Amino acid sequence: MQRHPLDPNQRIGLHSDMLLIRAFENHITRMAHEQGRLPGMQITCHGQEAVAAGVVRALTPRDVVVTNHRSHGHLLARGVDPGALLAEIMGKRDGLNRGKSGTLHVADPGRNVLMTSTVVGAGPLLAMGAAFAQHYRREEGVTCVFFGDGAAAEGSVHEAMNLAALWKLPVLFVCESNCWAGAQAHQEHCPIGEIATRAASYGMPGEVVDGNDVERVHETAQVLLKHCRSGRGPVIMECRTYRMHGHGEHDPQHYVAKDELASWAGRDPIVRHAEALRRDGLGERTAGLREGAELAVDRAAAFADASPFPPPEEALEHLYVNPVTSEG
Amino acid sequence: MTVKSTGQAVAEALALAMEMDEGVFLAGEGIGTSIHVNPHLPTFGLLDRFGPRRVRDTPVSEAAIAGLAVGASCMGLKPVIEVMFFPFITLASDMLVNHAAKLRYLSGGLSSFPLTVRVKSGAFAAGCQHSHYLEAWFAHVPGLKIAYPSNPADAKGLLLSAIFDPDPVVVVEEMPLYWTSHGEVPEGDIRVPLGRARIARQGGDATLATYGGAVHVALQAAETLQAENISLEVIDLRSLVPLDTAAVIASVRKTGRFLALHDATRFCGYGAELAATVAEACFGELKAPPRRIAAPDIPVPFSPPQEAFYKPSADQVAQAVRGMLRP
Repeated sequence: MQRHPLDPNQRIGLHSDMLLIRAFENHITRMAHEQGRLPGMQITCHGQEAVAAGVVRALTPRDVVVTNHRSHGHLLARGVDPGALLAEIMGKRDGLNRGKSGTLHVADPGRNVLMTSTVVGAGPLLAMGAAFAQHYRREEGVTCVFFGDGAAAEGSVHEAMNLAALWKLPVLFVCESNCWAGAQAHQEHCPIGEIATRAASYGMPGEVVDGNDVERVHETAQVLLKHCRSGRGPVIMECRTYRMHGHGEHDPQHYVAKDELASWAGRDPIVRHAEALRRDGLGERTAGLREGAELAVDRAAAFADASPFPPPEEALEHLYVNPVTSEG
Repeated sequence: MTVKSTGQAVAEALALAMEMDEGVFLAGEGIGTSIHVNPHLPTFGLLDRFGPRRVRDTPVSEAAIAGLAVGASCMGLKPVIEVMFFPFITLASDMLVNHAAKLRYLSGGLSSFPLTVRVKSGAFAAGCQHSHYLEAWFAHVPGLKIAYPSNPADAKGLLLSAIFDPDPVVVVEEMPLYWTSHGEVPEGDIRVPLGRARIARQGGDATLATYGGAVHVALQAAETLQAENISLEVIDLRSLVPLDTAAVIASVRKTGRFLALHDATRFCGYGAELAATVAEACFGELKAPPRRIAAPDIPVPFSPPQEAFYKPSADQVAQAVRGMLRP
């Protein structure tokens, strides 16, 4: 696979994205543990930041993102406003989706973060449809969909890959293979061990990459996106990573061995990348990045805290564009 | 104005929509190259006319067909997908129920899903895995609209409204009507608005509301009753969501009696909604309790006499109306 070395600005950019995602989700974790401050469940991507930053930074603004329940990283890397995102997570009026989505279904069509489904195997189908539109209009765009290894057990993922491959639709299927599906280990739901292997059955390329190595993820995504853009159809990119906080903040991970967690903590993508940057003489350029990320989250928190809840009767809005046709 | 079959009228609407808007494309199993060579089937000849870019034969993959529509419509295209038989919609229903219907709401109004699902319904000697009237399931899902034509002109006009409606619309087409129901079809872009019922026959003694093929059964019953000096008003609802509640209520206020009729099973059927709506709005003006005439609560049977037994008949309707008029 032909890769192109990243320049220092790209490397710093990737690092900066990961820091923002971590700082944002640390705030979510803190709030989740303060009783009553956050409604509903909170699902974070702690430990998976390299996939979000590495893949999303490889996309152009015309590319479409379809994400899932573990979306904060994808959204922030895409440039979604952290204040509006946090307000949405809190169910506030100034949230991206006016509090209708909460943490689980955030969409920001203005940034081509088009749809979010928490029916875990549904994302690939939606993405295949969006990619069809790009293909139909003969646009350059690619649709990138994130789904978990657990989601890949759904039949809908097969149907999406089959049709996308058959019609050569530009879909980058990104499997965030994070070792766990709920409380079920990867080997308990995936007989062959790898999701990317399935690519062969659709006649498309499949790549497995170290999902905790942000630069490797980024370079691989760039190469695979080029394939999608060339009209040769979809690809599967499987990023091997780890879900450090369990299914959500409400999950104490009683079923996970302590040494497994410790071993993955030792491969933290942010720590690893910081070391690599230092090794290559870019340590000085990372100084202050963490503080900057934390400041951005503080500002987001102030914005979200100040936003009121939407009035209850606003729940009646946004179901239809037209409740009845103009003549009706 | 030309006399056409319902199937031809649907085909005309599809062709017109594709001519008018480059964003309209068709997808489904066997909609281009079909095992059937029948000019009364709605997508007959469209592949030759519009080519494989716009008329897409899909694999046997209902979830994929629906996912295609949801994703593509969110990008601004106007997909028209076909679900070969109504029961097969269960394989596509996650995309329709959890996605097409909900994603606009979840986005706080930022996204839209202008897709159309044409689903073929009816009882046609194939047994209950090919025949199942599931309209009440979908009527119960906020976010989906449902059109249900009974004749060629409405089949054309409702489908055009559905295709150009900014929300997801399920259009139920009763297959037997494709070739049994002929009528005059206006030329050009003639739309029948969603949510506006049609008085199929005026009457003063009782109101019957129905849709699809059952409209013809109701009209036949009305004819029989006329000979007995009983005048039945027949309302063809045309769309189940939105429902033209005003038309139903106005008619019941006039007649004081109400019956709902459908080929779907009775329990939790669409008629229950109609009866409850009428009871709530017109209780004081009713001269008899609202009634439902529907299929028995069984799957659609195969054997011809049993299939006929399943579907409510004009005799049953006439009998029910007589019963309501008896002092």
